[in-house]
Amino acid sequence: MKDEMKTPVHMGIGGEAIPVGVMAALPPGSKVFGTYRNHSLFLACGGSLEQFFAELYGRLPGPGKGKSGSMHLASPEHGLLLTSAVVGTTIPLALGAAFAEQYRGSGGVSATFFGDGATEEGVFWESLNFARLRGLRVLFVCEDNDLAIHTPAKDRRGYRSLPDAARALGIRAESCEGVDAAEVARTARTLVAAMQAEGRPALIHLPYVRFLEHVGPNEDWKAGYRPRPSDAELRRWDPIARFEARLLSEGVAQAELDAVRAEVRAAVEKAASAMLKAPFAGPEELWTDVYA
Amino acid sequence: MSPTIEFREALARAQAAEMAADPSVFVFGLDVPDHKKIFGSTKGLLEKFGPGRVFGTPLSEDAMTGMAIGAALSGLRPVHVHIRVDFALLAVNQLFNIASNARYMSGGRLKVPLTVRAVIGRGWGQSAQHSKSMQSLFAHIPGLKVVMPASPQDGYSLLRAAIRDDNPVVFLEHRWLYDVAGPVDETKAVPLGKALVRREGKDLSVIATSWMVAEAMHAADILQARGVSLEVVDVRTIQPLDEAAILASAAKTGRVIAADYDWAFCGFSAELAALIHKGCWGSLKAPVERIGFAHVPCPTTRPLENRFYPSAPEIIRAAEKLLDLPPTDLSGAEFYSWEKKFKGPF
Repeated sequence: MKDEMKTPVHMGIGGEAIPVGVMAALPPGSKVFGTYRNHSLFLACGGSLEQFFAELYGRLPGPGKGKSGSMHLASPEHGLLLTSAVVGTTIPLALGAAFAEQYRGSGGVSATFFGDGATEEGVFWESLNFARLRGLRVLFVCEDNDLAIHTPAKDRRGYRSLPDAARALGIRAESCEGVDAAEVARTARTLVAAMQAEGRPALIHLPYVRFLEHVGPNEDWKAGYRPRPSDAELRRWDPIARFEARLLSEGVAQAELDAVRAEVRAAVEKAASAMLKAPFAGPEELWTDVYA
Repeated sequence: MSPTIEFREALARAQAAEMAADPSVFVFGLDVPDHKKIFGSTKGLLEKFGPGRVFGTPLSEDAMTGMAIGAALSGLRPVHVHIRVDFALLAVNQLFNIASNARYMSGGRLKVPLTVRAVIGRGWGQSAQHSKSMQSLFAHIPGLKVVMPASPQDGYSLLRAAIRDDNPVVFLEHRWLYDVAGPVDETKAVPLGKALVRREGKDLSVIATSWMVAEAMHAADILQARGVSLEVVDVRTIQPLDEAAILASAAKTGRVIAADYDWAFCGFSAELAALIHKGCWGSLKAPVERIGFAHVPCPTTRPLENRFYPSAPEIIRAAEKLLDLPPTDLSGAEFYSWEKKFKGPF
């Protein structure tokens, strides 16, 4: 099974609570856009494990028929319209989705997920301004792992606080650790409610820890660009461990958690092995879907 | 008999017709609703359809293009206007990385019915940042369509076709065309991807884009007086390209000038030359001549600007070379007539 995924995979380990929490807060039917680090978002939006593995293995049943790969997982039928590998590019798309809602008077919202590096792109600020100007209901979701590939924020950012900067533009903004899915959902719900009531955009800023290398399946704590947190810190920033702890504290039995874990593992293994046997696109697919 | 209207009004009528036919069509861009109305090409739209469907924007080409794509993905049909194509360079990331790819990468699930109108070419003394055309750049990217109208009728019919198209279409309008008047039949549909023989001829074909069609017609008039018959083919859409019509004309005359309103180097005229050399190798009497901008940044001062932009005299000289004729005495002939007619400031 080695090297079966011939696509650059940007793993979301450590960031899972963000899409899970935010998607729980968004009304059904919301249009969503994301980045190349999109695995958790794809699944949180409702994309199937079969489609997920098919696209990563480059197989025909994938949502992009194997033409889009890991960096562009999307599931329009679940509201996740598009994800992009060019940083910041999908931010203004959410303006258009929210504009369409406003244009039709249908009152829906859109959300765009982006990393902290994207906030250095001009289009981010252009988008904040336009959303505020036109009263668009866009939730800007900043997944802040403090890194643009390997460069920390202190070497890239000339100001202190993203939420403060957004507030200066008249945009509601909250910061919340992106590690506890329930807490992320609570914060996002407050912002979505305000957005709907006030007819303006909102920004949620969610610091988290990227457990693995920028791209690929390995840890790279020894690479030298960032210090390895202590084991206790890593446990504190592990969204899965945090969620399990929360459930246990709320009275869920360990046996029940174990059962869920086993069920998920079995589903993952089943989908992965099934899709490894799925067909590749035929040669005619090279020329299909270029134009509508 | 169709009424004679200016190109600018033909564009305004095309947009109004599509907006009336389809409530999902909206027109926006910097200065779209102001008193000048993009050289008059959005005149009447605000009054008729209101600020919800006709509006100006911040100076944010990147975000505004992304906004348009997001709206198109959500079922609307945006028409985004750039008062100069040079400003659209701030939007090419969205066009080249998102709009062009969305359908392919979604396995055919998504479509982007977006029209990007952009003004190209010569005004007066516009220098290097208000003078480009860039059709080759846009046409180079799979997934985009590129349209270059050269008459009021085509301005009207092709813009309607572009707005109705389910793909991102870049619609390039030469600045001087706005003042050109001609008959416009508002019931006439012209599909994207069909070239038009504007003038039948037998000695030589000029395959021309945008304003070069006007220059080719002018050259044909002058050469006709000395018994040379030029055929003028208006390419009309760069992508999709009507290869059959171009090859038919080239095969018929055996001599071709590819007259593109852009730089020649790595430009669309090279694509034409390659197409014709390969498709008509056996029937060509001479290699294809290419005419385009001088390969320098566009200068401002008029004596240099006249040398930068190709005009009818360059077509005449190229034709004489291909036909092995001595140079015509052009003294007394009127050239650069539009350049003399055109008044600024923009």
